[in-house]
Amino acid sequence: MGVSARSNLVSAILRFRELAIVVAVVIVFLLTYFKNPSFASVASVQQMLAGPAIIIMLGVGETLVIVTRNVDLSVGSVLGLSAFLVGDLFAHYPHMPVIVALLAGLLIGLACGVVNGAIVAYARVPALVVTLGMLYIIRGVDAVIDNGVQIEPSQIPQSFVNLGAGTILGVPILFIIAAVVVAAVGYVMRTFRPARDLYAIGSNPDAAVLAGVRVPRRIFSAFAISGALAGLGGALWLAEFATVASTAGTGYELNVVAACVVGGVAIFGGSGTVLGAALGALLLNTIDQALVAARVSSFWNQAVAGLLLLVAIAFDRYVSLRAERILRVEGAHHDNV
Amino acid sequence: MTTSEMALNADTLSETRSLQSWLRSAVRWESGLVVLFVVSLVYGSSVSSYFFNVQTFFFAGLNFGEIAIMALPMTLIIITGEIDLSVGSMLGLSASILGYLFMHGWNIWLAMAVCLLVGILGGALNGLLVTTLGLPSIAVTIGTLTLYRGIALIVLGSNTAVGFPASFTKISLPIGNTHIAYDFAIFVVLAIIFGVVLHMTPVGRSIYAIGLQGETAYFSGIRVKRIKFFLYVISGFLCAFAGLLYTFQQASSASDTGLGLELNVVAIALFGGVSIFGGRGTIFGVVLSVAIFASLQSSLTDVNVSAQVQSIVTGCLLLVSVLIPNAREGLGRLRAQLRRRNAEAS
Repeated sequence: MGVSARSNLVSAILRFRELAIVVAVVIVFLLTYFKNPSFASVASVQQMLAGPAIIIMLGVGETLVIVTRNVDLSVGSVLGLSAFLVGDLFAHYPHMPVIVALLAGLLIGLACGVVNGAIVAYARVPALVVTLGMLYIIRGVDAVIDNGVQIEPSQIPQSFVNLGAGTILGVPILFIIAAVVVAAVGYVMRTFRPARDLYAIGSNPDAAVLAGVRVPRRIFSAFAISGALAGLGGALWLAEFATVASTAGTGYELNVVAACVVGGVAIFGGSGTVLGAALGALLLNTIDQALVAARVSSFWNQAVAGLLLLVAIAFDRYVSLRAERILRVEGAHHDNV
Repeated sequence: MTTSEMALNADTLSETRSLQSWLRSAVRWESGLVVLFVVSLVYGSSVSSYFFNVQTFFFAGLNFGEIAIMALPMTLIIITGEIDLSVGSMLGLSASILGYLFMHGWNIWLAMAVCLLVGILGGALNGLLVTTLGLPSIAVTIGTLTLYRGIALIVLGSNTAVGFPASFTKISLPIGNTHIAYDFAIFVVLAIIFGVVLHMTPVGRSIYAIGLQGETAYFSGIRVKRIKFFLYVISGFLCAFAGLLYTFQQASSASDTGLGLELNVVAIALFGGVSIFGGRGTIFGVVLSVAIFASLQSSLTDVNVSAQVQSIVTGCLLLVSVLIPNAREGLGRLRAQLRRRNAEAS
């Protein structure tokens, strides 16, 4: 029993985890479909894909941060700030190209992420406290800037609104953007050394230092990327809703963490994939919609989501205990031979 | 060296040590908080001539009461190295159940008892998941945050319960002929109890021990799981209690009562010098933190700074509260490095 078999088992468990969520999504979908066939209508499925897109974006960045055994609670505020500022840019420059607007959102988020990352990584301050502080500061800055003024749909050009509502070959553009981000970051996280370092840091920070991983730099990057994706999410938020108040995205931070945890990202770092986090967001959103379609009062959404979260955490714990036991038994066999 | 000489040396050593520890305790976080509190009072009185008016203090107490009460059990939980993010939802759940039962004609005392029981059960569920199943508390309580808020929604939906008896809603007024808010008085009593338990009893020492080194605490015979479990139960109970207070103060309850308060409560505890890694923090610090936030809030409101803009102050204070102790440690590290380099050079 060598290292490769061990990592095979771990990756099998992770794949199993993602598969389990996919199965859950399918089951929820089918059950709801039997109760209400219109759940499988094109519009409904499109909404199922587009609905979680923004949480998926934020979840991808959050995964990078949680994997390093940190957490980013400022994503909701970053999203709100970016959504407002991009809207404000449109108010001043109505002919701004769509791509510039997206880049602007990304850069605004990046700036916030850089501040988070610099404080956490170089001042070595606990991330939970820093990003909680930043949650308040960014939200306050947002309130100072917007000064009670809302961004109205009339200020947003049609080309940008299309981004939020449009489809390509029937697939919502929002979903395509989210899928591209998940695929790109997911590939990087599997393949490249700096990204693997994030897992090393989260598994054992001390060992990572001894192994020559540039811990502060990697953690800094994770926060910067998380901020950038939250900023991009803000721009997409503007495209989706076309109206922004200074409270946009309030409370998103815990939804995003919840999506990650449901998706199998270990809250103490070291394991989890961006695909898992994205599927977690998809599942939570699908359940929300399914309850509506099944004509269960929407008041039940949160309770079901909470239960699901608890089940997911307990399930992870169970699987990891099983895996540990199997590894221990096989390790013992190996020792005897 | 004779034994007496050694004893003498040890004596002087311990003397310098005690001087050092005295100095260290003089520059601890709480001293900074005291200074900041005075500054905030001076600032408040400079921007508003009404600041030292008893009314201001009454309203400051009223605005902060439920957060302050929930911060006490939160402090103990964070000192054991765990966290409870479900506090705001538990407050909302208790308020919603009270509203629902009252609307359905229940006796108010009975309804209150049910709410407190729900608080105990909710806390016990948190505690069970964290201790017996050994799940990470941050994830568990994000789950129960969603769950309890969800149950509140199921119970009360989009209804708002009103019409609570005047003998209960009068707690939004000062106690008798004094100018003390009810929840302020309750907070003071609770703070004293929590302070005594944390700083003067074996249980309190155990709480620190658990936060500093959980495994060592376990092997020293401290019932780690039991203590954590009961802290969660107490937290659930007090949050439910805060929900009752809040409902009577507002004379209404809705399912979104206390939405998002969890992060305020955590912020208050952390600003009070409680270490997020556990093992460090005092009730005195948290009380000062409550006082500073309450006084800043009332003075900033006086100069028409909106609640949202005030959050900048909250955030900056929070950042400063972790950066300053870290800067001290960083300086210490630097000094040690320099000393080592000097020693090597010589």
